[in-house]
Amino acid sequence: MKKPKKKSDVVENVMTVRNVDVFYGSNHAVKDVSLDIRKNQITALIGPSGCGKSTLLRCLNRMNDNIEICKITGEVKYDGQDIYDKNVDVVALRARIGMVFQKPNPFPKSIYDNVAYGPRIHRLAENKQQLDDIVENSLKKAGLFAEVADRLADPGTGLSGGQQQRLCIARAIAVEPEVILMDEPCSALDPIATAVIEELMEDMRLNYSIVIVTHSMQQAARISQRTAFFHMGELVEQGATSKIFTLPKDERTKSYITGRIG
Amino acid sequence: MTERSLTDMAGLAARHRAEKRFRWYGIIAITISLGFLAVMVVSIGSRGIGAFSQTRIALSIHFDEAIVDPLGKRNTAELSRSNTNALIRASLNELFGQVQLPSERRALYALVSIGGAYELQAALEKRPNLVGQTKTMWLTASDDVDIFVKKGINPALDPALRRLKPNQISWLESLQQQGQLQRKFNTSFFTNGDSREPEMAGFLGALVGSALSLLVCFAISFPIGVLSAVYLQEYAKKGRLSRIIEVNINNLAAVPSIVFGLLGLFIFINILHLPRSTPLVGGLVLALMTLPTIIIASRAALRAVPPSIREAAIGLGASKTQTTFHHVVPLAMPGMLTGTIIGMAQALGETAPLLMIGMVAFVVDIPTGILETATSLPVQIFLWADSPERAFVERTAAAIMVLLSFLVVMNLAAVLLRRRLERRW
Ligand SMILES: Nc1ncnc2c1ncn2[C@@H]1O[C@H](COP(=O)(O)OP(=O)(O)O)[C@@H](O)[C@H]1O
Ligand SMILES: [Mg+2]
Repeated sequence: MKKPKKKSDVVENVMTVRNVDVFYGSNHAVKDVSLDIRKNQITALIGPSGCGKSTLLRCLNRMNDNIEICKITGEVKYDGQDIYDKNVDVVALRARIGMVFQKPNPFPKSIYDNVAYGPRIHRLAENKQQLDDIVENSLKKAGLFAEVADRLADPGTGLSGGQQQRLCIARAIAVEPEVILMDEPCSALDPIATAVIEELMEDMRLNYSIVIVTHSMQQAARISQRTAFFHMGELVEQGATSKIFTLPKDERTKSYITGRIG
Repeated sequence: MTERSLTDMAGLAARHRAEKRFRWYGIIAITISLGFLAVMVVSIGSRGIGAFSQTRIALSIHFDEAIVDPLGKRNTAELSRSNTNALIRASLNELFGQVQLPSERRALYALVSIGGAYELQAALEKRPNLVGQTKTMWLTASDDVDIFVKKGINPALDPALRRLKPNQISWLESLQQQGQLQRKFNTSFFTNGDSREPEMAGFLGALVGSALSLLVCFAISFPIGVLSAVYLQEYAKKGRLSRIIEVNINNLAAVPSIVFGLLGLFIFINILHLPRSTPLVGGLVLALMTLPTIIIASRAALRAVPPSIREAAIGLGASKTQTTFHHVVPLAMPGMLTGTIIGMAQALGETAPLLMIGMVAFVVDIPTGILETATSLPVQIFLWADSPERAFVERTAAAIMVLLSFLVVMNLAAVLLRRRLERRW
């Protein structure tokens, strides 16, 4: 007997990448990549260093716009809209698709101001009370509020590495994005801080779609529902994480996950 | 000795020697440069210290109503113009009754500076009730008397060539015995503008002129410099044009300042007809000169802002301008301000461009606005150093001390400001 499909089971793509090529000058960094980002799932991008994971991730909210030598062809759609359409406002786009970077990079401002900055520039709060609420909720969602509740006025740069990274996550959450892009968010953190953030991501999945670049296959296996394996700019294989790690189709994927290349 | 000794290694002794030697080189280099500085400070200080005191002569002055206020109106404006010279002469005549010959009398009167009369006028203006009274007043002595008191007479010099005649010296000696000739703190040096008479010349006019010019210079060059740097560093496309601009700015920073003076003369005075010899034009010319320094320093400060901060802001959806002005510029501000103050300190010491736009004028009044004729400290030093009177020598050195103090204050301000801005986090 077939189970009726629940709504959450319906495969829904929040972003689609079609035939994207990226060049840095003459360096062909990403080659003809097509990828689906599922709603409310964690998509992991894995692969050896320099294979174009970060580059592709940055294409998803046009962070590469600021790099002059970077040329992008192909199509990236968010919610059915081509994000590289010339009528698209990147500011609005990045408010919908937030980003967390490899190295925690809080602003040299107070913890409060770090989180409040996004809502302020996007005018998400009408008054101080609303802003306070947004800051508190974002910090709670990032699992940081309990630790910093009594020192919101302290500098964000004074926190530990793991706390700083969660502050950056809170900062990204505060602008209410739909997709959160994370570029090796745990690579600068110790295992305990990493575990805290992995747990956090599992909770965040309910409200957001997450794309995470990671060099750790274990991490990809632990947290993601879908995995895409890159090699030398090519997307070699993508699919359900369980499949990729147990039954890789491509020889290169097999070599990588068994530790022979990378 | 074991194979892997931790205390002995091939070349260890030589390396230690090399390190020690290098430390010594450093210490010697620093000692030499500090030595030069000390020699400069001591030589200027010992030469200029005299200017902070001034010889004064105590005279019993009768403020004769018939002379200073014949109409008895006690009008301060008229009292400030009254013939106080006559009072001084009367007092001197009384003191040295034996002097009768007109030429001798002139020599006697010459002991007191013409500033003495102004001092009495000022006293009358402040206290009109002095009229009719007799009071002992300490009046500024002439520069020759001042030097006689400070340095004594040079016995090697032919008496005929001395500035003071023998009878003048004997009068001075009798005054000295009565305790009527004393060195006092030289307030007028701090409160007066320039003067032909060294004993009346002060640096306040030049100081105010310099301060006003710097104010104009800052108001113009800081915003323009910072905005240019922000544009070039953050907005401009990195291409051939921006490289050409960069090279040219670096070249401009090395252009001799007199060229900026000529440019200023041509643009501000010949074309725009701004009033010459004013702090406005001076400040504009100094701003031209300071701009390249500020732009270069500001660009370096902007470059030093970590790219991760820009990415963080852009990733949150901040626009280019928001990113720049909310995050990058505030972080670069300490560096920009330091560069600006260094540029301004250079501007403070500039003489040549100010000579070109006529700030070399002889200005007695203390300027009160940027549209009044003024001079500046370095130009004042230049003018005094060029004056024949011996008493200007110590004033020149003292003015250099004032200029150096101004510089120290500015640099200190830069350091403090920088610390304050940086310590926020
Ligand atoms: N800003 C950039 N400018 C020029 N080349 C870049 C830039 N960023 C990345 N690249 C190049 O693009 C390729 C892919 O880099 P990246 O996407 O960072 O790889 P990964 O994140 O998988 O390690 C590399 O060859 C790298 O040298
Ligand atoms: Mg990367």
